[in-house]
Amino acid sequence: MGGPGAFINLAYFATAVLFIVGLKRMSSPKTAKSGILWAGIGMVVATLVTLGHPQLGEMGFFKYFFLLLAIAIGGGAAWISGKRVAMTDMPQMIALYNGMGGGAAGAIAAVELGGKEGHAGTALALAVLGGIIGSVSFSGSLIAFGKLQELIKKPVRFPNQHWLNLGLFAITLLLGLHIISQGGEAGGFVIVLFFLLALALGVSMTLPIGGADMPVVISLYNALTGLAVAFEGYVLNNAAMIIAGTVVGAAGTLLTQLMAKAMNRPISNVLFSSFGGAGEAAGPTESGGSLKPIDPADAAVLMAYANKVIIVPGYGMAVAQAQHKVWELCQLLIARGVTVKFAIHPVAGRMPGHMNVLLAEAGVPYDLIYDLEEINSEFPSADAALVIGANDVVNPMARTNPESPIYGMPILNVDQAKNVLVIKRGKGTGFSGIDNALFTLDNTRMLYGDGQEMVAQLIAMIKEL
Amino acid sequence: MIEGFTALYIFMLAAFTGYEIIGRVPAILHTPLMSGSNFVHGIVLVGAMVAFGQAEGFFTQLVAFLGVVLAAGNAAGGYVVTERMLDMFKSSKGGK
Repeated sequence: MGGPGAFINLAYFATAVLFIVGLKRMSSPKTAKSGILWAGIGMVVATLVTLGHPQLGEMGFFKYFFLLLAIAIGGGAAWISGKRVAMTDMPQMIALYNGMGGGAAGAIAAVELGGKEGHAGTALALAVLGGIIGSVSFSGSLIAFGKLQELIKKPVRFPNQHWLNLGLFAITLLLGLHIISQGGEAGGFVIVLFFLLALALGVSMTLPIGGADMPVVISLYNALTGLAVAFEGYVLNNAAMIIAGTVVGAAGTLLTQLMAKAMNRPISNVLFSSFGGAGEAAGPTESGGSLKPIDPADAAVLMAYANKVIIVPGYGMAVAQAQHKVWELCQLLIARGVTVKFAIHPVAGRMPGHMNVLLAEAGVPYDLIYDLEEINSEFPSADAALVIGANDVVNPMARTNPESPIYGMPILNVDQAKNVLVIKRGKGTGFSGIDNALFTLDNTRMLYGDGQEMVAQLIAMIKEL
Repeated sequence: MIEGFTALYIFMLAAFTGYEIIGRVPAILHTPLMSGSNFVHGIVLVGAMVAFGQAEGFFTQLVAFLGVVLAAGNAAGGYVVTERMLDMFKSSKGGK
């Protein structure tokens, strides 16, 4: 093999190296920025050399024009939307871009199955398998996007739903087997039906899953898309796709496990059971205490004269756009000699690590941010813990009440701090509708109000001290 | 041509690579990393381009065209959001 083929393979090889080095560099905050740049260079190299790929066949001027047009449309639209999206909306954008990748893998499968390339054996089987996975990932990610964007408000559930999904899955698989057994000669109708069923499967699998479980689902679809890309890479005899797809498939699987573990929700539970239904049975809080409000001025004094304050932000903080104010408050405290640390639950925000991004946006340095394992032993020595917009992840019922739907979930042990301050909009239960025993503890005081305004008040009070 | 067993070896080694790389990632980088890995499977673009080249007939070409649009969206969108997120991480000791 010489000429353009060898050059292209060399370029693909370089791309695979750049991707792996890039991902590796992304695994440390110090080098992460250069990591995405390396991977980006790899992508540009691979795309450019593919324009001259012999497998493209003899493309006329018009076909080249349409190829470049397609790249410009897809790339341009995604580039602009990606530049504009707010940091709080990051999870659904990742879901959307991931779905696009799955859809592309599905489209490749469709072209290869429907075309005259005449794949056989392993390549044919992997084309079919990649087709199912890619299509499910595509439609499933779009539903996940819809849920996170709040276009779809409630989980859609009905009796025997799991049987319907199972049946749909079985029929899709059988059709796929039929296509394989026909040696790639199964007519267009069967192939179209096959893809429609696979797309329907992605929709019906994702609809019943609640919004709180979406991070796990997106991560799973991310891994699945990687797998589909790897399979289609085999079909197209493209090593760069096999390597990149497999690396993402493996990495994504691990990430999914980490997230599911952090939420104490086995992946099978996320996919096959419905959260929330059991929650109502848990009944009222068993701590039986009352909610005790505190005046912002007293709360300000408490924090300003503390030795150590731990801030526990939740997604509610981001909804109230209070992260900049929170950082301003922390800077004031730090200037007064208070040790300030941020405690982040793995599922704070709407995706593991999402809260870190939101805090980084506000300017909080990453070395003040601690995760659950690092910070939990420090709560007893903290004079005050300020909970803002977090609820389930600080609920001690997860440790103490086996009746609670969140029992067993690892939580931040905020209740062990000497004083707990909770900023909360109202007296109702939070996002998940589960009662929180933290709020009624003897050492807990409530600050009712909008997150941003309340923190602004605290800032003003501390400045006056 | 990548023969069956060669492909299997590539698959196995790449899977371990992916698992090992992510295994040491601190939790604070999970979202950018998911986004970054999402960008990496944007390599599906090169496959979509090849499929577009091979497509014949109106319907197949339309599917292939949509495939390229979607793949380019995956790659470009994945890059932009990852880059934006990583750009914001900084240490209190100054510098990045």
